[in-house]
Amino acid sequence: MWQGILESFMGHVGRRFVISVPMVFLLLVFAMPFLVVFKISISEVDGVRFVDLLTWVDGVLKLQLKFTNYRVIFFEDDLYLRAYLSSLGFAGITTGICLAIGYPFAYFLARSRPEIRPGLLMLLMLPFWTSFLLRVYAWKMLLADNGVFNNVAIALGVLAEPVKMMNTPFSLTLGMVYTYLPFMVLPLYANLVKMDIRLLEAARDLGASPWQAFWRITVPLSRGGIIAGALLVFIPCVGEFVIPELLGGPQTLMIGRVLWDEFFSNNDWPMASSVAVVMVLLIILPLALFNKFQAESTQGGRR
Amino acid sequence: MKNRAGEITSAIWLVVGFGFLYLPIVTLITLSFNESPLVTTWTGFSFKWYGALIRDVPIIEGFVLSIKIALLTATASVVLGTFAAVAITRFKRFPGRTLLTGMVNSPLVMPEVIIGLSLLLMLVSVQRATGYPDRGMLTIWLGHTLLGMAYATVVISSRLQEMNPQLEEAGLDLGAQPWQVFFLITLPLISQSLMSAWLLTFTLSLDDVVLSAFLSGPGSTTLPITIFSRARLGLNPTVNAVATLTVLVVSVGVVIASVWLARAEKRRAREMAAAFRITT
Repeated sequence: MWQGILESFMGHVGRRFVISVPMVFLLLVFAMPFLVVFKISISEVDGVRFVDLLTWVDGVLKLQLKFTNYRVIFFEDDLYLRAYLSSLGFAGITTGICLAIGYPFAYFLARSRPEIRPGLLMLLMLPFWTSFLLRVYAWKMLLADNGVFNNVAIALGVLAEPVKMMNTPFSLTLGMVYTYLPFMVLPLYANLVKMDIRLLEAARDLGASPWQAFWRITVPLSRGGIIAGALLVFIPCVGEFVIPELLGGPQTLMIGRVLWDEFFSNNDWPMASSVAVVMVLLIILPLALFNKFQAESTQGGRR
Repeated sequence: MKNRAGEITSAIWLVVGFGFLYLPIVTLITLSFNESPLVTTWTGFSFKWYGALIRDVPIIEGFVLSIKIALLTATASVVLGTFAAVAITRFKRFPGRTLLTGMVNSPLVMPEVIIGLSLLLMLVSVQRATGYPDRGMLTIWLGHTLLGMAYATVVISSRLQEMNPQLEEAGLDLGAQPWQVFFLITLPLISQSLMSAWLLTFTLSLDDVVLSAFLSGPGSTTLPITIFSRARLGLNPTVNAVATLTVLVVSVGVVIASVWLARAEKRRAREMAAAFRITT
């Protein structure tokens, strides 16, 4: 009997342990930092130190909150609002293009002959593994004024003089679509490859054209993949920094770069924190949707 | 007739799609053999940029540091990811389950500038209070592990989910302790997913710019930071040479690993089928 009690106690402790290790780690390095950022975004800076929000001096409890940064973001300097809007715009356009290219891509991949499918999947995964930074850099060589595209077009006589492609909204969108395309294709593929072909056959037997069967059966059934892919592209795109920095040039406004400059060039940590807080608020809804979605797909708990 | 048209569209779409994905990589590799320092103007074949790499101290030092961080990151991510994946897939109800899944999944999509900034500001606060830790390898490793753990959890938990539940149940029924079941049954069965999670987080860490830039200190410049600071200024032939080597090593490694993993997977499926045939 004692052994039984001991065992159930050990089992209980073991379970606690398994849950608390990742929990504590994530609370410390993921949740806590957000609170710190929020605190710093409303802190007064005294030289190099942040003044405590709550101070107790001579029997007076003082709560000091500084909202100047938020006032600047929302009312005084329209750079921030323009940057947020433009980031949302670029992220939205990128998501749309990724879906338009990625859906047929995933569809044809899922319907390709089973014997070549593992090879094709490997081809799709490989760029995803190799350095993202280097692949973005590679577009610089292709798109530059004296880059590969312009050189080839001029050599072939298609163009008389180089077309400016680098440092434009075009090059930025292209770079983001290129980088995030696999994130769209993979969840779509995983969804489409599992789809029951007999449903489509049934639709055909009942007189639907292939086009009708596609729009009324395949697309609705792949809704999960579409949502997952769209969120995997949209959310990180809003705060993207490396791609706009390498391909976007000075005119394309992205909030990730604004944050970076506040932090690294202006050394204004409270301002950078405020920019981050507003950015989190901006993506909190899609993020919640993504979390809900991921939780559902891992809802395989059995005990 | 219609089917034939469909097949042609499918083939064209796939070829163009893959072309789009591979065009930059092919360009990168081809131009790394260009003799001209102008990178995009071809003047002749040469290995000279590879020779220049050997004497390029920042590149070499960055590479060594990045490899160290990537090894530590991959190992820590797989350990933490296994814990998180077991917690999420095996324990259906516990206080904080939603919080845990939310915190595991968010780093997958959260813009890296936010993660980097917030982690750095917290570490600075801790350092001001306690004098520890200094910015450097340790802090970069923490950031990479946060991101790597999220990816590792996804890879490992999808494997845990598709595992046959009867195997663990049989172990428990036969009187094994839960930890014995885990080490003797579960762990061997998910070992391939641990391997792929390790590889994935290794390459992620090796590639990361944003988190590293926020979390690095003086004297801890990783390879991607060096590459990024050169790429920002314009085209640079040494970057092409580094890129080609990276792409080659990673591709060969990934292809070999996946072939090996696929074979092991097949063998295991066969053994499993045989075992079930014997028992029934």
